[in-house]
Amino acid sequence: MRTVFAALVLSLLALAAGAVEPGEMLDDPVLEERAREISKGLRCLVCQNQSIDESDAELARDLRLLVRQRLTAGDGNQQVIDYVVSRYGDFVLLMPPLKGATYVLWFGPAVIAGLGILAVILFFRRRQRTPPAAPPPLSADEKRRLRALLDKDAE
Amino acid sequence: MNKRLLFLLPLAVFVVLAVYFAIGLTRDPSALPSVLIDQKVPDFELPPIKGHERGLTSEDLKGQVSLVNIFGSWCIACQVEHPFLMKIKGENRVPLYGVDWIEKTPDDGPNWLKKKGDPFTLIGDDPNSKAAIAFGVYGAPETFIIDENGVIRYKQVGPMNDKIWEETIWPIIRELRKRGQKDAR
Repeated sequence: MRTVFAALVLSLLALAAGAVEPGEMLDDPVLEERAREISKGLRCLVCQNQSIDESDAELARDLRLLVRQRLTAGDGNQQVIDYVVSRYGDFVLLMPPLKGATYVLWFGPAVIAGLGILAVILFFRRRQRTPPAAPPPLSADEKRRLRALLDKDAE
Repeated sequence: MNKRLLFLLPLAVFVVLAVYFAIGLTRDPSALPSVLIDQKVPDFELPPIKGHERGLTSEDLKGQVSLVNIFGSWCIACQVEHPFLMKIKGENRVPLYGVDWIEKTPDDGPNWLKKKGDPFTLIGDDPNSKAAIAFGVYGAPETFIIDENGVIRYKQVGPMNDKIWEETIWPIIRELRKRGQKDAR
């Protein structure tokens, strides 16, 4: 059991390591950390659902190197990201930016959930406020049938 | 009556969403819009591939309407496209420039072209994706139409063929040339 657990933990560690090869890393740990952070937010355009930090694709590697080159040249994080976006568009960002065209994407689900909750609340409130109307009294005919049934049970 | 209609609302929402998703499914997720259309060609300077004398720079793309094709000997779709590129070269309708992208060894590109024929006016070697990233390339082959001022006008993702050429590429080239002549007058 313990070995299985250890194996699981180790395999998770392997996942966290990403695809960065030792030769790619920068000597300066601060810059390298920034490069990793930027890479995690950039989409690999070959495999599309991986970041360039995780992807083994050659284009991803070249993008990682480009990120590092730009950082070494003195670019800020946002400058590096802006450059890549200027080449590949917003699609390259794993986190879609918040702007006019993406408001629906960002707030749509919350708005729809809010409307749903509101509808449920209104529904229950209305039910509470209007107690069910008293049923109409039985007609003479119904009364007779009821008595007949009750009498039958009593026997 | 109104209440009845309200019950149909979820169905209506479902139908609208279903239509949207159905259309979405027919679209190719790898065909992304390029943000570089109507932008100047990025500045780049690529060395020649092994055995060639001249490389390719952004300056070479100015002066006339041209095509830039990103290819690699490793790329299967480029093999499919190659005979078509040879045909364009044979017809001599438009200069075709090549970017030889991320070859495993410097010999791969030249050998491939030697074996199959070289359709390109000039070729630049791009082993580190310098030009490819500048062009926003994410797969090969991709072909860009550049106008005579060095502005990117169209991007074709995937191999060209007769149909794409006749319906899309050639009409754009003709239109750009017409526009260029008008400007010159």
